[in-house]
Amino acid sequence: MIRDITIGQYYPVDSPIHRLDARIKLGVTFLFIVTLFLVNSFTGYLFAAACMALVIRASKVPLKFMLKGLKSIMIIILFTAFINLFMTRGEHVLWHWGFLTLTVEGILMAIKMCVRLVMLIIGSSLLTLTTTPIQLTDAIEYVLRPFKRIGVPAHEIAMMMTIALRFIPTLLDETDKIMKAQQARGADFDTGNLLQKAKSLIPILVPLFISAFRRAEELAMAMEARCYHGDEHRTRMKEMKMEKRDYRAMTIACCYTLAIFGLRFAAKVFPFVI
Amino acid sequence: MSIKISHLTHVYNEGTAFEKKALDDVSIEIQTGEFIGLIGHTGSGKSTLIQHLNGIIPPTSGEILLDGENIHKDKAKLKEVRRRIGLAFQYPEYQLFEMTVYKDVAFGPTNMQLSKEEIHESVVSALETVGIPHELYEKSPFELSGGQKRRVAIAGVLAMNPEVLILDEPTAGLDPRGRDEILAAVGRLHRERGITVILVSHSMEDVAKLADRIIVMHKGKAAMTGTPREIFSCPAELEGMGLAAPQMSYVFASLKEKGFDVPTDIYTVEEAKEALLKLVKQVKV
Repeated sequence: MIRDITIGQYYPVDSPIHRLDARIKLGVTFLFIVTLFLVNSFTGYLFAAACMALVIRASKVPLKFMLKGLKSIMIIILFTAFINLFMTRGEHVLWHWGFLTLTVEGILMAIKMCVRLVMLIIGSSLLTLTTTPIQLTDAIEYVLRPFKRIGVPAHEIAMMMTIALRFIPTLLDETDKIMKAQQARGADFDTGNLLQKAKSLIPILVPLFISAFRRAEELAMAMEARCYHGDEHRTRMKEMKMEKRDYRAMTIACCYTLAIFGLRFAAKVFPFVI
Repeated sequence: MSIKISHLTHVYNEGTAFEKKALDDVSIEIQTGEFIGLIGHTGSGKSTLIQHLNGIIPPTSGEILLDGENIHKDKAKLKEVRRRIGLAFQYPEYQLFEMTVYKDVAFGPTNMQLSKEEIHESVVSALETVGIPHELYEKSPFELSGGQKRRVAIAGVLAMNPEVLILDEPTAGLDPRGRDEILAAVGRLHRERGITVILVSHSMEDVAKLADRIIVMHKGKAAMTGTPREIFSCPAELEGMGLAAPQMSYVFASLKEKGFDVPTDIYTVEEAKEALLKLVKQVKV
C-alpha cells in the first residue's frame, strides 16, 4: 500500500537512458514539460506521447511500475477533470443544472488537461526513475551554480535535497514497520469515521517523528565527525562528464522541440487538417 | 493452540526489478506450550516468516492454519488472530507513542474493546511480568532507559493476553543486564503462564538456554529443525549457513580432539561446568 508511492524512487536497471548524464536528463525533462504547454492539437499530443513511449521503452522501466505511481495522485487528476468538465464556458451546452454546465468545450478541455497532467507526471517520474538521487542533485547543483554570485547557496540546497531524497525510502520503511507494529497491537487504520481515522494516525506519527529527529541528529553527528563543512574545496568522487551519447540525446531533444513548434504552427495555419 | 504453516512462499515486490523470494515452500508445525528458537542469518526469512503468523503480511502462496483454520479465510477474524498471537517486532521501543507508560501498554487491550477493569488488570499484570515497578507507570515512556523501554513495549504486546508470543530479536542492542532481564521475563512467561513462545535470535547462547526446539532458516527455507542438542551437535552445517554453535560446543569439541573423554553434545555453560568437574575428578583419580 505505502510502497505504491513511486515519485522520487529510482529503478535500478542498466539502460541507455540510465547511462545519460544527469544534467542532460534534467534539461530534457524541463524542455519536455515546457513544450507540453505549447502543444495545441490532438496530433501534437499524439506525437509527444509517442516520443515519451519510446523513451520509456528505452529506459527498460516497466510501464506497470510507472502507472502504479499515478495511482497516488489519481484524486488530483479526477479533481482537475471535474473542475474543467463543469466550469468551462462554451457555446455547445449539453446539460445544465444549477452552477454546473456541461459543454463540448468543457469535455475537450478536461481530456486535454488530464492528458497533460498524466504526461507531466510520467515525464518527471521518468527522470527520477532513471537517475540516482545523488546524480540528480549533482546536476541541480551544477544548474544552480551561476546563481551562487547572488547568494544562492547552491551546494547547501543540493546537499539538503540529497539528504531529503535519501531519507524518503527510509522513512517509508519506518512507517511501514510502525504500522505493522501497531496493527499487531490491534490498531485499525481502515474503518471508522474521519475523526477516528485521524486519531488512529497518532500511534504512527508520534514514533515516526521521534525516529526522524533521532536520525537527523545521528546524521549530523556522523557528518561532523567526518569533517563536513560545506562547499569550500570539496571535490567529487564522480566527476560529471559529457559523452557522445549525451550530445546525441541533446540533438534528439532539439529535434523534438522543433517538431512541437512545427506542429503548433501547423495547427494554427491549418486548424482543420491537424 | 497449534500453528501449522504449510507450503508457505512469500515473494516481495513480485514482477518488478526489486523482486525477492523471502520464503520458499516452508512447512512447520508448532504445538501448544512449545518454546521455539528461530535462528538464521540476516536475510534468511525469519522476520518475514513471523510476520505471516499473525496475518500482518499475506502469503504469496501456501497457508497458515490456526487450530486447523486458515487465518486469511475470514478477514473479520484477523484482529482476533492478532490478539491470540502477540508479535513484538525488532526494536519494539520505536513504536511507543503515549504520554505515559500505563497508557501505552493499554493501547492493545483498548483496541480489543475490553472493559476498564479488564484493561487495568491486563496492563498491571503485563507490566509486572516484565518487571516494571509501579512508580514508573505514570512516567513518559521516553524518559526510561533503553532496556526499560524495550520491556514496556513487550508489555504492550503481552497486555493483550496472547496465547502465542513471538519476539523478534528482543535482546538486540541491549547491554548484558538488559538482555538478562528480558530473557528472564520471557522464561517466566513460558513457565508460569504456559504461553507458546517463538524467539527469533542470532545469539546461540540465548536460544540454547531457553528453547525446546530450534528451527534454522536458510535462504528462505526451514533448513533444520530439532532439539538444541541435535542442532548444535552439527556445528559444521551451522557454519555453512553463516551461523555458529554456542561457544561451549566448540570448547568440548576441541577437548575431545585433544584426547579427553568428554561428551560432545554439551552446549550450555551449566552443563559444561558439570562435565568439566566430572572430568577433573576423573583425571585426579
